[in-house]
Amino acid sequence: MATSEIQVAERALQHHFADMDQQKETSTFGMWMFLLTEIMFFGGLFCAYLVYRASYYHAFVEGSQKMNIWLGGTNTAVLICSSLTMALGVRAAQMAKPKLMIVLLLITILFGFGFLGIKAVEYHEHWVNHEFPGPNFHFETGDPAHPPTDPVHTEIYFSLYWAMTGLHALHMIIGVGLVAWIVIVGARGAFTPEYYNPVENVGLYWHFVDLVWIYLFPLLYLISKKHGG
Amino acid sequence: MYVLIWAILMVGTAITVFAATIELGVFNIVLALLIATVKGTLVVLFFMHLRYSTKLTMVTVIASIFWLFILFSLTMTDYITRAWSTNIGH
Repeated sequence: MATSEIQVAERALQHHFADMDQQKETSTFGMWMFLLTEIMFFGGLFCAYLVYRASYYHAFVEGSQKMNIWLGGTNTAVLICSSLTMALGVRAAQMAKPKLMIVLLLITILFGFGFLGIKAVEYHEHWVNHEFPGPNFHFETGDPAHPPTDPVHTEIYFSLYWAMTGLHALHMIIGVGLVAWIVIVGARGAFTPEYYNPVENVGLYWHFVDLVWIYLFPLLYLISKKHGG
Repeated sequence: MYVLIWAILMVGTAITVFAATIELGVFNIVLALLIATVKGTLVVLFFMHLRYSTKLTMVTVIASIFWLFILFSLTMTDYITRAWSTNIGH
């Protein structure tokens, strides 16, 4: 090992850890403990969804038919692609290829912006259609022969839709910020195969956000077979 | 390896969208959640490296799933057994 690499490793090891392995294990464990609280945090919303869906199924079906499956499906694909580039980026850091890591993480950021852009288009569509809960909420099925059966409870569907996807989008924005931070710090040569814990942990965060969407997509967009356009 | 997982996840997404167009009654949601869980498991095991993690990390993840299950099941045992006294569910 060259002298400069030893210095990097010594700088990276905090004094309260015995060695780099213990430090890495502790860091991963800590990140998972945080993700555990995140799972329970989103879990509360999923639980509310479960209760109201069981109670007002038809109102939820009518609400979900307003979702654009193609935009939602595209966004699912965009997130899965971003998870791939993220995973490859973490591996590049592990294999001492900082430039490759930066390129892969920049692509991840682009996918992140792509997701948020598509989400913004969807939000705009719902907003102009008065599908935002509150005093201006107004729900039409779009088919005069079948007026909404239960618009009051469809409003609950939209409350959950905005809350769950909104919280998810907030996590995406934070995730893009974190990946950008890794790119900046990584460009200064902060990470080595011995020390890349921040890259690993931001990767865990990014995959977790992808994981939440994997459940949100079928639950919010695909409740019933009748999709329309 | 990562590319293979990515391909399975993409195919899984296509299957989910397709499965939603078939009328299966109550099994639509079961199938959707099953596919989502398979996809989620792949993400956690491979992208999040759980397969190569320490036992402590594995226990943490299993604990989170267990606690989530408690949250859902205890809440639902309340709500779904109220049907005989209120109109919930109808």
